[in-house]
Amino acid sequence: MLELQNLSFQVPGDDRDQKEIIRDINLTFEDHTFIAITGPNGGGKSTLARLIMGIERPTSGRILFNGKDITDLDITERAKAGISFAFQQPVRFKGIKVKDLITLAAGSQVKLPNVCDYLSRVGLCARDYINRDVDASLSGGELKRIEIATIIARNTPLAVFDEPEAGIDLWSFQNLIRVFEEMHQSRENSLIIISHQERILNIADEIIVLAGGTVQARGRKSEILPELLRGTESCQRAYGADMQI
Amino acid sequence: MDEIQKNLLEQVAGLHEMPTGAYNIRADGKSVDRATTAHIDIVSKDDRQGIDIVIKPGTKNESVHIPVVLSESGLTEMVYNDFYVGDDCDVTIVAGCGIHNGGSEDSRHDGVHSFYIGKNSHVKYVEKHYGSGDGKGGRIMNPETVVELGENSFLEMETVQIKGVDSTKRSTSAKLGNGARLIVTEKLMTHGSQTAETSFQVDLDGEGSSANIISRSVARDDSTQMFLSKINGNNRCAGHSECDGIIMDNAKISAVPEITANHLDAQLIHEAAIGKIAGEQITKLMTLGLTEEEAEAQIVNGFLK
Repeated sequence: MLELQNLSFQVPGDDRDQKEIIRDINLTFEDHTFIAITGPNGGGKSTLARLIMGIERPTSGRILFNGKDITDLDITERAKAGISFAFQQPVRFKGIKVKDLITLAAGSQVKLPNVCDYLSRVGLCARDYINRDVDASLSGGELKRIEIATIIARNTPLAVFDEPEAGIDLWSFQNLIRVFEEMHQSRENSLIIISHQERILNIADEIIVLAGGTVQARGRKSEILPELLRGTESCQRAYGADMQI
Repeated sequence: MDEIQKNLLEQVAGLHEMPTGAYNIRADGKSVDRATTAHIDIVSKDDRQGIDIVIKPGTKNESVHIPVVLSESGLTEMVYNDFYVGDDCDVTIVAGCGIHNGGSEDSRHDGVHSFYIGKNSHVKYVEKHYGSGDGKGGRIMNPETVVELGENSFLEMETVQIKGVDSTKRSTSAKLGNGARLIVTEKLMTHGSQTAETSFQVDLDGEGSSANIISRSVARDDSTQMFLSKINGNNRCAGHSECDGIIMDNAKISAVPEITANHLDAQLIHEAAIGKIAGEQITKLMTLGLTEEEAEAQIVNGFLK
């Protein structure tokens, strides 16, 4: 179980004031649940995900994972404690091959057929990819799928995805939904997914709406989704825009 | 050869024992072992230090090893090795130099390798440089490579200097004939207060000739590196050079590219990027459970692999 207690995060603002990105958030994430976090851009979603992984450190508040206070643990220690993190914009490396990255994620004992299996699960033909560098020769969509394969390979109790749908094509998106459903059905992983996509929100157990650095709403999709969609429709009526949530 | 020399030999040429094919092993200023084949002859020069390696036309799938090891502190040598590769050959040449200096005087190996490559021949040339020993004396290597590539010939050159060489000045020059190709891959790491300068001068004289110079380097501690490359496009040709450098600690890297098109159909490109390891790369590997130090080592090793 993951608990966020009175969590706040500030950064220096324009006029010497502190800008509060996350404001005194209290949240609990039960084991084996799939929670989607949504909300407007700039509302603090990605920052919250990065605070959970330890990439950012909170200004105040505590983070507990399975009853243990992990607030002062660094990224490596949190990774070893059982948290994994998929970046919104995956990182490129010159000279590190897809096979190397998946092996680092899965642990040195992993066998090549397993590496291939992780790639197949994200819709990549392993034979074509294992010896390629994780560099600019890969498209954004390919990198994104490899990023998700590293999370499958890690198979940690908690997996955090920061906008997994960003930069992914339609075919990959279908596949992505299936990956999340499989991870959820296996009951081995708890999932926290930052997303704007209705179809991802649709398969989550619960939805949290984050805006202005605070939790605006939390509930089952049957409670939250109609409300969100209503908001979208009124925007579309007002501006004639084809909007995502 | 003693154990130190055998270790150097393994580092620079990957040799645990005498290789098959032609070879000449030079240790502490003397040729200690040599073998020739029906197609590859090795002859000592009369007028100066060095050897001529003569590869008969049509020689295929053969190799030549000519490693040099120095373990006597204070030894300085200048060696000239000339390679005459006939037409229609396909051969691998493994050179390399290892210096172990446990004393207080500088040990230095300067070598000039000249290649005369015939028509339609393919040569793979591998050169590794390595230094060891805890003496205060410097381990210095200054390799010069001069290449003349005949019509439709192809030279792949791989140079690696990863550890222990205190000072190096590497110079490579090449003249390419019609349809000739040159690919150079350089991997370089400096540490401590080492200095390394590497320079390329490529003349794309032949119609349809091409060159690709790829340098990847890492400079750590207080070391300094200089990368110079000049590519002259003198005909319808394609030239590309790429310098990628990672700086760490207080190190410095300079890249000075120069491309000159002397012909309307010369296509020349230079790319250079120098910087520290991107923080997000370290962060990504830390999210996989690596420590910051492990992440850094992984990135550097991958970069130079």
